[in-house]
Amino acid sequence: MTGMTGMTGMTGTLMLVRLALRRDRVLLPVWIIVIAGVITVSASAIAELYPQAGQRIALGVTIGATPALQALTGPVFDAGSVGGLTAWRATTMAAVLAALMSILVVTRHTRAEEESGRAELVGAGVVGRQAIPAAAVLVTAAANLLTAVLITAGLTGQGLPAAGALAFGAAVGGVGWVFTGVAIVAAQLTTQARTANALACAVLGVAFLLRALGDAAKVEALAWLSPLGWAQRVRAFAGERWWVVALLAVSALVLVAAAALLARRRDLGAGLLPARPGLPDAAAYLAGPLALAWRLQRGGLLGWAIGFAVAGVLFGALAHSLGDIVGDNPQLAALLAQIGGGADELTDAFLTAELSLLGLLAGAYALQATLRLRGEEAELRAEPVLATAVSRRRWSLSHLSVALGGSVVILSVGGLTAGLAHGLRIGEPAGQAARMLGAALVQVPATWTLAGIAMLLFGLLPRLTALAWAALLAFALLAQLGELLQLDERITNLSPFAHVPQALTQPVDAGPLLGLVLVTAALLLAGIAAFQRRDLQES
Amino acid sequence: MANSPAILISGLTKRFGTVRALDGLDLVVEAGEAHGFLGPNGSGKTTTLRILLGLLRTDSGHAELLGGHPWRDAVELHRRLAYVPGDVVLWPTLSGGEAIDLLGRLRGGLDRRRKTTLLERFALDPARKGRAYSKGNRQKVALIAALASNVELLLLDEPTSGLDPLMEAAFREVIGEELARGRTVLLSSHSLSEVEALCDQVTIIRDGRTVETGTLAALRHLTRTTIDVELDDIPGGLADLAGVHGLTVAGSRVRFQVDGEHLQTVLRLLTGSGVRALTCRPATLEELFLRHYRITS
Repeated sequence: MTGMTGMTGMTGTLMLVRLALRRDRVLLPVWIIVIAGVITVSASAIAELYPQAGQRIALGVTIGATPALQALTGPVFDAGSVGGLTAWRATTMAAVLAALMSILVVTRHTRAEEESGRAELVGAGVVGRQAIPAAAVLVTAAANLLTAVLITAGLTGQGLPAAGALAFGAAVGGVGWVFTGVAIVAAQLTTQARTANALACAVLGVAFLLRALGDAAKVEALAWLSPLGWAQRVRAFAGERWWVVALLAVSALVLVAAAALLARRRDLGAGLLPARPGLPDAAAYLAGPLALAWRLQRGGLLGWAIGFAVAGVLFGALAHSLGDIVGDNPQLAALLAQIGGGADELTDAFLTAELSLLGLLAGAYALQATLRLRGEEAELRAEPVLATAVSRRRWSLSHLSVALGGSVVILSVGGLTAGLAHGLRIGEPAGQAARMLGAALVQVPATWTLAGIAMLLFGLLPRLTALAWAALLAFALLAQLGELLQLDERITNLSPFAHVPQALTQPVDAGPLLGLVLVTAALLLAGIAAFQRRDLQES
Repeated sequence: MANSPAILISGLTKRFGTVRALDGLDLVVEAGEAHGFLGPNGSGKTTTLRILLGLLRTDSGHAELLGGHPWRDAVELHRRLAYVPGDVVLWPTLSGGEAIDLLGRLRGGLDRRRKTTLLERFALDPARKGRAYSKGNRQKVALIAALASNVELLLLDEPTSGLDPLMEAAFREVIGEELARGRTVLLSSHSLSEVEALCDQVTIIRDGRTVETGTLAALRHLTRTTIDVELDDIPGGLADLAGVHGLTVAGSRVRFQVDGEHLQTVLRLLTGSGVRALTCRPATLEELFLRHYRITS
């Protein structure tokens, strides 16, 4: 699967594979089980909630009429079968998770190792030049293969047709393979693990966006530009198209081969781009922990803001087209009227779905920006700062301010750009910009709660801050699956995003927002207090 | 305040899980002195420094720094000291010059002229990014950042590891000047010649406990002197004399070590045996050091 076999320099790969498996003996099984589990649970929920083919077909028609849903999940190819509906509901979600798993695992075993200098230690041993990337690719590819096998087993276990189950597994695993390739290329281009992850995740973001736009606006060509679009177009349980699985696998091979070529053009530890010289003296503003946090995080924030602007413009520009689709289709309009809405409601529902997606992503930003504290501590860069006249509270607040302020900034950018793009099309840019900005900003308290959770973990359990990501994942799954599984409100309400008002369609109640702010404040204060009482802990 | 020691540690203990990193450590560093802090790898030197910096809590025992409490008064105390960590990690995207300025400002200000001089003396290019520096150059960044501020106390954790001999010499020179200006220096180091050159007081620790402390001269007195002598005839019973160790004979040449308190008896015996040539060498720090460490094995 590596495409690099046959080249020299692979000595020691198997040993490194064993090392990677030893290091990831908890992480990988958890990922694999979550991904396969999400799909199996979705299938059984659909079978239970929609036992009759008629019910399923009715659901399929509703989905077909709701571009907002399709933007999130993709098209339905066969609503009549449980498998077809499961494929619609869970493919994108599982494929995104497989892509994330692949990106994080590959970076962790390649660029992160080079950055820390451990790769040098390994590279000096009896280990070929390509062994480190080869081992990372092998481990990740095998993890995706195992995920595919588990999905197939899980779905056939539910009594679904074996061919569809296999196609479903292959589609998800195939996306994992493609992003294994994306991550290994990113690891060659950048010098920091953080940037390698960001680059690969940006590719994932673009892939999601292309697919979402293509599916919502029914522009097949756009969706075909994205590996996530391919995963759906494998058409599991709806006349499987195996050549699309081959397309995923071949793309993965091409990417891995490209990475191997790139790797031969650079030195260990270096990126492809030469390091630029810096300033001999610090600018006057760089005089406090907040300025340092800003300096370290501004590049990342800019990247997020650009991503949100692109998403905002695209979704905003698309929203009005949905109205046109309805206008052209009296049948659809009648159906919408039946479920309580017209073209405007449809547009608003679409924009609301987009905003809640941006809210989750802003939560990821807030979490990541807060956990920079842990990164600095683990990599021993907090030590020299805290050995100066900077208190732990002040240092914590520096990165927290960037996290909290940054989430406001990116949500504002997302809201404003979506509002402007939508407003320009319907001839009221200022009004729509203000309206969408407001609707984006009501997401802020929920995203802050994630910063609070991250801060509490940082204070209490600094070695387990990754649990904050598990919390975000759980919130995302609750939002995606809560309704489908008809979970108790007490469970779905655990997610801060469950309390975000749908500002476009309903009057905003300040109560839940205030509640979220208070919870966040309590989490932050407890986290800071815990950090003030504990030892500094390196990784 | 002026007379109180810069560092006063007694009976300090610190555990990490089941590992006892410090086990009743004692350390006194008077204001204005250069104090060598020696011990094998993993003996607790860095842990001690991190406790002094308020980065780690103590389990029990007493630790006092510049008359204050290292944990409670951390921020105030840090204005008056500078620290060079043993493991210097820089921000990959900040240049060395930026890191120096930043750390100085965070401490409460740095002397720009001094920064320029130090950059020259340590031959450091401040415009390179943190990730582009070698280990030695990262070390220089941390050293310059610490030395460019006007502070009372310098806490140095193996500050010359990774420096070339030329830079080691520059380091000694600069620290010598700092001492002349009345600064206090705690120098944890494996370079014994460096400690010998700079420090008048030494503390040796092992397994988190102080095994020896005092002036270098006093420590030497307590230890063995190496004697290399050429004699007309070798007196019988020299090897059996109390306090004589490791005697070797090559022709008329005899070499041995002798404990300080038995020096008198041994010399008396030698002078009666026709001394043709005699060299007498006090214990080097290295011998001192090795003697203490070998006790474990």
